[in-house]
Amino acid sequence: MTATAPTAGSSGTDVRLTAISKRYGSFTAVHPLDLAIPAGSFFALLGASGCGKTTTLRMIAGLEDPTTGSVELAGKDVTALPPHKRPVNTVFQSYALFPHLDIYENVAFGLRRRGIKSVKKQVGDMLDLVQLGDFARRKPHQLSGGQQQRVAVARALINHPQVLLLDEPLGALDLKLRRQMQLELKRIQTEVGITFVHVTHDQEEAMTMADTVAVMNGGRVEQLGAPADLYETPRTTFVANFLGTSNLITADVLGTSGDDILLRACDTKLTLPATRCTTTARTGEKLLIGIRPEKITLTHADDAGTIPDGRNRITGRIADSSFIGVSTQYVIDSPVGPGLSVYEQNIERDSRLAPGAEVVLHWNPGHSFGLDAAQSVEAGTDAGEGT
Amino acid sequence: MRTVTRWLRRNLVVLVGLGTLGYLMLPNVIVTVFSFNKPNGRFNYEWQRFSTDAWTDPCGVADLCGSLSLSLRIAIWATIGATVLGTMIAFALARYRFRARSSVSTLLFLPMAMPEVVMAASLATLFLNMGVTFGFWTILIAHIMFCLSFVVTAVKARVMSMDPRLEQAAQDLYATPFQTFLRVTLPIAAPGIAAGALLSFALSFDDFIITNFNAGSTVTFPMFVWGSAQRGTPVQINVIGTAMFAVAVLCVLAGQLVGRRRRRS
Repeated sequence: MTATAPTAGSSGTDVRLTAISKRYGSFTAVHPLDLAIPAGSFFALLGASGCGKTTTLRMIAGLEDPTTGSVELAGKDVTALPPHKRPVNTVFQSYALFPHLDIYENVAFGLRRRGIKSVKKQVGDMLDLVQLGDFARRKPHQLSGGQQQRVAVARALINHPQVLLLDEPLGALDLKLRRQMQLELKRIQTEVGITFVHVTHDQEEAMTMADTVAVMNGGRVEQLGAPADLYETPRTTFVANFLGTSNLITADVLGTSGDDILLRACDTKLTLPATRCTTTARTGEKLLIGIRPEKITLTHADDAGTIPDGRNRITGRIADSSFIGVSTQYVIDSPVGPGLSVYEQNIERDSRLAPGAEVVLHWNPGHSFGLDAAQSVEAGTDAGEGT
Repeated sequence: MRTVTRWLRRNLVVLVGLGTLGYLMLPNVIVTVFSFNKPNGRFNYEWQRFSTDAWTDPCGVADLCGSLSLSLRIAIWATIGATVLGTMIAFALARYRFRARSSVSTLLFLPMAMPEVVMAASLATLFLNMGVTFGFWTILIAHIMFCLSFVVTAVKARVMSMDPRLEQAAQDLYATPFQTFLRVTLPIAAPGIAAGALLSFALSFDDFIITNFNAGSTVTFPMFVWGSAQRGTPVQINVIGTAMFAVAVLCVLAGQLVGRRRRRS
């Protein structure tokens, strides 16, 4: 172990995973990975099903033994400790409330197991925090999904764990309730100041709630960072496609000019600031240039002259458009690639922008990003699931 | 005519239900009625006149109460033995993967599927060859054996349908493995275990064939009834039967009452 001993407390690292991995026979669920989660943060493990995020969480909880590596909580190595001796609590997927106990006893369970006799005040306070004071004597099956979810959170939080682990806790709720619970969980986290590690496959959920997101794919962390950084500067095609939507265009590197990389895609010249490129661009080789749909402006071909200089521009024809209220989503076929998507705010709608119209797509070069062309363009999309 | 057909059509389910219930209850009614009979001879087959003689003196027939208490003792011990062993087997089969797991699972069904008389004869042969004295212990061993598969079946179904995350949640909430079993696993598996135990008790208490082969000179209640039916049927047998039936009905009613109150609260 080369990692320096972390300092415990509010400013240190709460969870430190060192070279942790998990193999089931010949299948590797989690490749050796290092992760340091700062105390008091809301950390999300994001990925599609089977990417190893839940296994990682269960190794922190002690419900799964790592094949290699170690788990440290607040500077203490807990790798060999069974789950009931670790200062962490888990909110399980589908809650795992005890069906034979009422809500009060469910919430009091952890306290009672640690030999605390007078639990009444603490349980009452905790039920009030999750607004379920009147439901103390109900059984779990008499509660709605959202209420059960709050009981599960209360049952874990009442123990003041070092770290609260959340395993897709909102997966079973409908969309509206999920949005509401996301804000609720974020509020509780801010209020209690405990480190939350949240596992989810919902990229919007991860971005809404977490301070730091680790995007996992195939048992590895693809990229780790603040939601805005991951979104604006993805480092792999998987992250670019899994977090939101990206248009990825294959281009040849022509050379550099000042701080810019000059590129060509199907006779269209494009530029990319060198700082926006996460891979080394060698002249004569290929590069993927990525641009988010909402960063592109659409202008009808007749007005092409009004586009300011210094913007990347490509031509195309509108294949499809769909109006979704706040914006209109266009699918555009272009010589550089078919099926580019563009989102336009519905501020001043140009009635000429209808399917069949010739258009120019243009954007600020600083809003695009460069990626290594050796990766699959479809990684992280529905078509390239699991690649 | 038409109104009659319409009435029939509307109430057919109720009528069939009442008919079936009558079919099930009629023997019990006869047993109860004849427990108040005062027969003239040794046979209690014809109604003579009302009397509570048998009810005031249920042990009035030689050996009756002795055989009854023996049957109860065997049934209780067989229930305990089969429930403990069966529950453990059920957990092992539901939870762990081991060599020969599926064959054990299949073999456990054999006592249920095999004709009782065959099993009784083979057990008797086994005990004879081992030189064991027939009596209380041979009966108990035989009863535990055939009750076991029923307990395993009832408990296994319950354990299989249990969410493994519940036990993980308990461990996650500081419960030691033993506390997890006591506080979460056992209460959730309890209905299955109780069903297995009830079934064991009923099966053991009224078993005749296997007991008859393995009892030696010991006489259980079913054997006593069988034996006395050849020489005459004392009214006391009806008394015991009626009392057992009443106790069973009371148990069911109490169970339903508790369940209903729990659901309401």
